[in-house]
Amino acid sequence: MPNAQRRRLVVRSAASALAVALGASALAACGSSGGDSKAESGPVSLTYWTWTPGMDKVVDLWNKGPGKKDQITVTVKKQASGDSLVTKILTAHKAKKAPDLVQAEYQALPTLVSNDALADIAKETGDAKGRFAAGVWQQTTLGTDAVYAIPQDIGPMMFYYRADLFKKYGLKVPTTWDEFAQVARQLKKKAPDKDLTTFSANDSGLFAGLAQQAGAKWWTTSGDKWKVAIDDAATQKVAKFWGDLVKEGAVDNQPMYTPAWNKALNTGKQIAWVSAVWAPGTLTTAAPDTKGKWAMAPLPQWSTGQDVTGSWGGSSTAVTTDSAHKEAAAKFAAWLNTDGSALQALAKESGIYPAATNAQTSGAFATPPAYFANQPDFYTKAAEIAKTTAPSAWGPNVNVAYTTFNDAFGAAAKNKSDFVAALNTMQEATVADLKKQGFGVSR
Amino acid sequence: MSSLAVREAPPAAGTTGAIRNRPPLRRRIALVPTLTLVLGAVYTLLPVAWVVVASTKSGSELFSTFTFLPGTGFADNIRQLDAYRDGVYWTWMGNSALYAGLGALLSTCVSALSGYALAIYRFRGREALFNILLAGVLMPPIILAVPQYLLLAKADLTDSYLSVLLPQILSPYGVYLARIYASAAVPTDVVEAGRMDGAGEWRIFTRVALPMMVPGLVTVFLFQFVAVWNNFLLPYIMLSDDEKFPITLGLYTLLEQGSNQPALYTLVITGAFLAVLPLIALFLVIQRFWSLDLLSGAVKS
Repeated sequence: MPNAQRRRLVVRSAASALAVALGASALAACGSSGGDSKAESGPVSLTYWTWTPGMDKVVDLWNKGPGKKDQITVTVKKQASGDSLVTKILTAHKAKKAPDLVQAEYQALPTLVSNDALADIAKETGDAKGRFAAGVWQQTTLGTDAVYAIPQDIGPMMFYYRADLFKKYGLKVPTTWDEFAQVARQLKKKAPDKDLTTFSANDSGLFAGLAQQAGAKWWTTSGDKWKVAIDDAATQKVAKFWGDLVKEGAVDNQPMYTPAWNKALNTGKQIAWVSAVWAPGTLTTAAPDTKGKWAMAPLPQWSTGQDVTGSWGGSSTAVTTDSAHKEAAAKFAAWLNTDGSALQALAKESGIYPAATNAQTSGAFATPPAYFANQPDFYTKAAEIAKTTAPSAWGPNVNVAYTTFNDAFGAAAKNKSDFVAALNTMQEATVADLKKQGFGVSR
Repeated sequence: MSSLAVREAPPAAGTTGAIRNRPPLRRRIALVPTLTLVLGAVYTLLPVAWVVVASTKSGSELFSTFTFLPGTGFADNIRQLDAYRDGVYWTWMGNSALYAGLGALLSTCVSALSGYALAIYRFRGREALFNILLAGVLMPPIILAVPQYLLLAKADLTDSYLSVLLPQILSPYGVYLARIYASAAVPTDVVEAGRMDGAGEWRIFTRVALPMMVPGLVTVFLFQFVAVWNNFLLPYIMLSDDEKFPITLGLYTLLEQGSNQPALYTLVITGAFLAVLPLIALFLVIQRFWSLDLLSGAVKS
């Protein structure tokens, strides 16, 4: 652990009974910066950067329970989520001052790993593998024998729609994307001022999830080279599908998460939303007046009989290479994301949808979210959908691809122009950046 | 909040001149300049008005009622903000006050000393020093944040109150302003007279020059206070402990809670509204110091 943090921890709790213990740990750790294989002895204190609300309460369970027994104390330092946190972690890592534990979105893991910021914790956490769906676990190994993080929450994608308005306009819940397009057109015919949904060029995560569902693998490795396939056939299919819908005016082209979008959902101007399992939380603030009028269904499929979904969001708990107590940190990360009481607290205090499969049907998820009180089997369905999540393939410069997506697709959606051309821009920018960063790139 | 602050500040610097050359009373109102200023005022005050109105709306009213129609949730918003994580908001407010208040005060002291020295003393390299300083004025503080972090990390000072205070103490702009002001407001005759009377340099500075510089220093203080209060990137990089966060950073964590959490818009808006109040109060209180300018000319008739 970095000196400053260690010292501060000591100072802060000087008045408490812990002071002596922490002081001892500070001394004990002095000669062991970076030694991860050495057996832990004596009390250890860890810092944890996370944005999850209520995490301090969950960590309290650890500090009073298993942590107390093992003399491992974890301190939560709440951060803001997003790409900026990845930058912050990397900046701290440059000074060798990254915290012991960090929360990281799955797509950020390759960036962190390629900067040597995350420790391989395979030895300590190998047996956690069985608790997660294979497609989820694979994201934390990056296809290697190493384990760089423990999955925490996931965001399997689903289709949300206004059940009452679908009934009113005589629309059928689409099971394929073809039907989805038809429903969009039918609605336009029956109520020209309404839209089925919008294609938001502000949300690269949504597009990535849709491409993932179609079978896209944007980043893969062959040998020691990266291969970027953002413009592969599957993604082109998705881009063309949405581009055509926007062009003919069957769906809106305005971004999501704006006051105007909230209003469109709240007033029923937009009557469906392609989203993920966390949508109830967003809808609660965005469309408070329509509570109880929505329903959830699986994402439309590309061909009948298929059963696959993408993921949008989700994060993991990782141990940094700067940590002086990697073993203890890995122990905590495993507990946090596999222990029954921890997962229950995470669901209750933080409202996350757990990655651990057995937690998805545990007591905390027996009742539907309040916003979906009308759909009692919400979480049973969600757990089934989660099982069908397609594997994802992230690379070390997702942020560049995402930024280019926002620019290129933003312009394309606004001008209702060619989405496939925008996709090519995204591919080229991503490849160019990889090369600039010094990665080997194969075509 | 930044637009209000930044836009109100420039008149502050100009006030000194404006008051001195006050035109004779009963002049005809110039229509075009007045109109331009009114337009500017509307442009800058509209977002503030939005924040004020939006802070009165409850979560369900925020996006559904007319933008400038006051809502019914103000008291409730404050209560929720107060209750959020045991009132951590007030900790952030206190931190901001500490960073901005103490930071601006120290920065003003440093600016006063160095500005006075650059204006009054003639020494080798003075112009070179001043030119470097001018280059510093052109340098946006944002690009210095990461190097400053790496530097402070070497000294083991990151994630401490000092890590946010220290880099903001030296403000090139403040020194620049203080120098310009000192050379205009502190006549060399007065300094010479002080020396003749046997006063030491420190005594001349504190007893003679400093009082003359007060209006200029008030401006420096205000500038620096607003700059620190609104600063985001430096504390963002330096701090990891959210108990030490200033208000800008705290509100950001409310907004970015991860994709599975709704952003706490009403809390952020109410928090932003409350965060502007100290700035407005500061401007109103400190305004009267500028009039001291009228008394500051010691040798001018």
